[in-house]
Amino acid sequence: MPVISYIDAVTQALQEEMQRDEKVFVLGEDVGVRGGVFRATDGLYKEFGAERVIDTPLTESAIAGVAIGASVYGMRPVAEMQFADFIMPAYNQIVSEAAKMRYRSNNTWYCPLVIRAPYGGGVHGALYHSQSVEKLFAGVPGLKIVMPSTPYDVKGLLKSAIRDEDPVLFLEHKRCYRLIKGEVPTEDYTVPIGEAEVKREGDDVTVISYGLTLHFALKAAEELEKEGISVHVLDLRTIIPLDKEAILEATVKTGKVLIVHEDNLTGGFGGEVSALISENAFFELDAPIRRLAGPDVPAMPYSPPLEKEFMLNPEKVKTAIRELAEF
Amino acid sequence: MGSEESVMETSRHEALGLSDDQVLEMYRTMLLARKIDERMWLLNRAGKIPFVISCQGQEATQVGAAFALDREKDWLCPYYRDLGMMLVFGQTAKDQMLSAFARAEEPNSAGRQMPGHYGDKRFRVISGSSPVTTQLLHAVGVALAGKMEKKDFVSLTSFGEGSSNQGDFHEGLNFAGVHNLPVIFMCENNKYAISVPIEKQLAGGSVAARGQGYGMPGISVDGNDPLEVYEAVRDAAARARKGEGPTLIEATAYRLVPHSSDDDDRTYREMGEVEEARKKDSLVQFKKYLEDVGILSTESGAELEREIGHIVDEATEYAEQAPYPDPSETYTHVYAE
Ligand SMILES: Cc1ncc(C[n+]2csc(CCOP(=O)(O)OP(=O)(O)O)c2C)c(N)n1
Ligand SMILES: [Mg+2]
Repeated sequence: MPVISYIDAVTQALQEEMQRDEKVFVLGEDVGVRGGVFRATDGLYKEFGAERVIDTPLTESAIAGVAIGASVYGMRPVAEMQFADFIMPAYNQIVSEAAKMRYRSNNTWYCPLVIRAPYGGGVHGALYHSQSVEKLFAGVPGLKIVMPSTPYDVKGLLKSAIRDEDPVLFLEHKRCYRLIKGEVPTEDYTVPIGEAEVKREGDDVTVISYGLTLHFALKAAEELEKEGISVHVLDLRTIIPLDKEAILEATVKTGKVLIVHEDNLTGGFGGEVSALISENAFFELDAPIRRLAGPDVPAMPYSPPLEKEFMLNPEKVKTAIRELAEF
Repeated sequence: MGSEESVMETSRHEALGLSDDQVLEMYRTMLLARKIDERMWLLNRAGKIPFVISCQGQEATQVGAAFALDREKDWLCPYYRDLGMMLVFGQTAKDQMLSAFARAEEPNSAGRQMPGHYGDKRFRVISGSSPVTTQLLHAVGVALAGKMEKKDFVSLTSFGEGSSNQGDFHEGLNFAGVHNLPVIFMCENNKYAISVPIEKQLAGGSVAARGQGYGMPGISVDGNDPLEVYEAVRDAAARARKGEGPTLIEATAYRLVPHSSDDDDRTYREMGEVEEARKKDSLVQFKKYLEDVGILSTESGAELEREIGHIVDEATEYAEQAPYPDPSETYTHVYAE
C-alpha cells in the first residue's frame, strides 16, 4: 500500500469523488488556480476546470449559503473554509440553515453538503489561524462533525461525507497535513461516519482523543509501555454522531479514562464524553475521569513559548496518563 | 393606472401580452391573499391562532412578480410576507390555514415552523428560516447549480428593505454578479423594518441603487402596481435565461398593518400615514383599473368577493378540525433515516 500524507488523502478523496460523480464540485477561496492555500485542492482545477473548482469571492457566508442552495437543488458541493477560524461569518448559514433544513421542512428539503476546514495549532498561526471550533458546532443536531487523525481515515471519511445525505463539517488538523503519513489503499473504500476506532490495545489506562492529540496519545503510550504502563487508545474520528458504545467499551477495558483534545477545556467536547461515561459506566470506574485540553484562554498566542504552553504534546499526555495509572 | 383609458385603446395589460383572464386571475389571487390574511388577524384576536405575519400592502408586488415567472420550472426563495407569491405558485387557502393552526397536514413544515416560513418541494420553493436574508444565498446557490447543469430556469428571492443591510444581501449580490447567475433579487420595500423607517435604515435612500455596485441593473418599481412589477420581473427573467445575469428589483409599497400580530404600530407611526397609504392600496387601484377597462363589473366584483369569502371559510373550518402532529414527531427528521 502506498504511504501518503494526511493532506494528500484529502486531495485524493476529492479527486476520486469528482471523477465518480459529476454533481460533486468544490468551492472556496483560492481553491482553483492556486489549488488552495494549503494545496488541498492541488491539480483539481486542471483536471475539472473552473466550473467545478470554483474560486469564490472572499465571502464565507456566501460560500456556505451558496453551497446550501446548490445542495438543496441536488448538487454535492464541497465548500472549503480557508481556516476554521474564519468560519464565524458562515456560522448563521451552517447552524440556522444547513443544520435545520431537513427538520424544518419535515424531511422534504435537505443539504448533502460538506464543509471542509483546516483547524488547530502548533503552526505559529497565532490567535486566528490556530483555533479548534468543534465545540461551537457540537451542540447543533442536524450537523455531522468528522475529525480524522490518519490519512486512511481522512480519505475514507471524506468520501463518506461527500456521499452522505446530510451536512458534514469535516475538520482537518492543519498540523497533521504534512506531519502525518500513513498507508492508504489505491482502490476505492470508505470509512463509516459515526464509528470510533481503537488505535492501540492496552489494559491500564484508556485515552480517548481525536485529531492531532490522538498522535500525542499514541506516542505517549509507546513510551509508557517501557515503564510498564499499558495504554488503550480510542480515536473518536467522528464526534457527531458519537460512537457511544465504543466509548463505554473502551472505558470498561481499563476503568481509568483520560480524554484529550486541543479545544479549550471548558465547553470542550471532553465534557460531553465525560458525562456520557459518568451516566452509563460510573461503577466501572477505578479513578475519576480526567480531561487534558487546551487552556481556557481566548486563543493560541503567537510567541513560541506561549504557543508551546497552550499546545498539548506527548509529554503532557504522558504525565496525565502516569498520574491516572498511579491513582 | 390612468382611469382615462377606454376599452377601445390597447390596455396596459394587453400591451404587456397579458389576457383579460390573466389579469383577472392576478386580481383574484391578490384578493384571496388579502382575505386569508385578514381572516388570520381575526383568528388571532379571537385567541385561536398564536401568530400572524402579513402580506397586506404587498399583494401586488408578490402576485405581479410570481406571474412573470415560469411556474413549471423556476425556483423561489421567498420571505415571510410572500403569501401572494405562494398562492400563485400553487399553495391554497387551506394550506395557509393549516399552517396558521400549526396542523400536521401543513405543507411547509408539518407544523414545525411559524406561519409564513414557506417551503414546498412541489413548487420548488426552498424552506426558509427566521433569521432574515439567509435565503438570498440559497437562491444564488440554486442559480449556480442551474448554470452548471445548463438548465434555463431562474431563481427569485425576496426580502424586505431592512434586510438589504444584512451581510448576506451584499455577499449574495456580489457572488451572483461575479458568476453572472440567473437570479432575481426582489426587495419588497414596505417602508418599515418593524418600527424603523427607511430614513433610518437605508443610507443613500435606495435599495435599487445598490445593484450598480454589484454590476447588475437595479430597477425601482411601484410595488402597488402588479403590471409594473410583472414587467420588471418578466424582463429580468428573460435577461437571466439569456445568460445575462442577475437583476435587483426594488418594489416600493407600504405595510398596511403592524409588523406582526405581536406588534403595535401606533407606538411608532401616525395612523394618518396608514390612512394615506390605504388610498394607494393595490387592491383598490387594480380593481379600479379592471373596472375601467371593462373586465370587472360591480356585480362580478361582488361575486368574486363572495366566492373568496366562501373559500376562506371552508379553509378555516377544515384547518381548525385538522389534527396536530403527534408529539413523537418532535424526534424525527434530524438526519436522513
Ligand atoms: C437576523 C435577524 N435579526 C433580527 C430579526 C428580527 N426581525 C424580524 S423581521 C425584522 C424587520 C425586517 O424588516 P424588513 O427587512 O424591512 O422586512 P419587512 O418585515 O418590513 O417586510 C426584524 C428586525 C430577524 N428575524 N433576523
Ligand atoms: Mg420593510
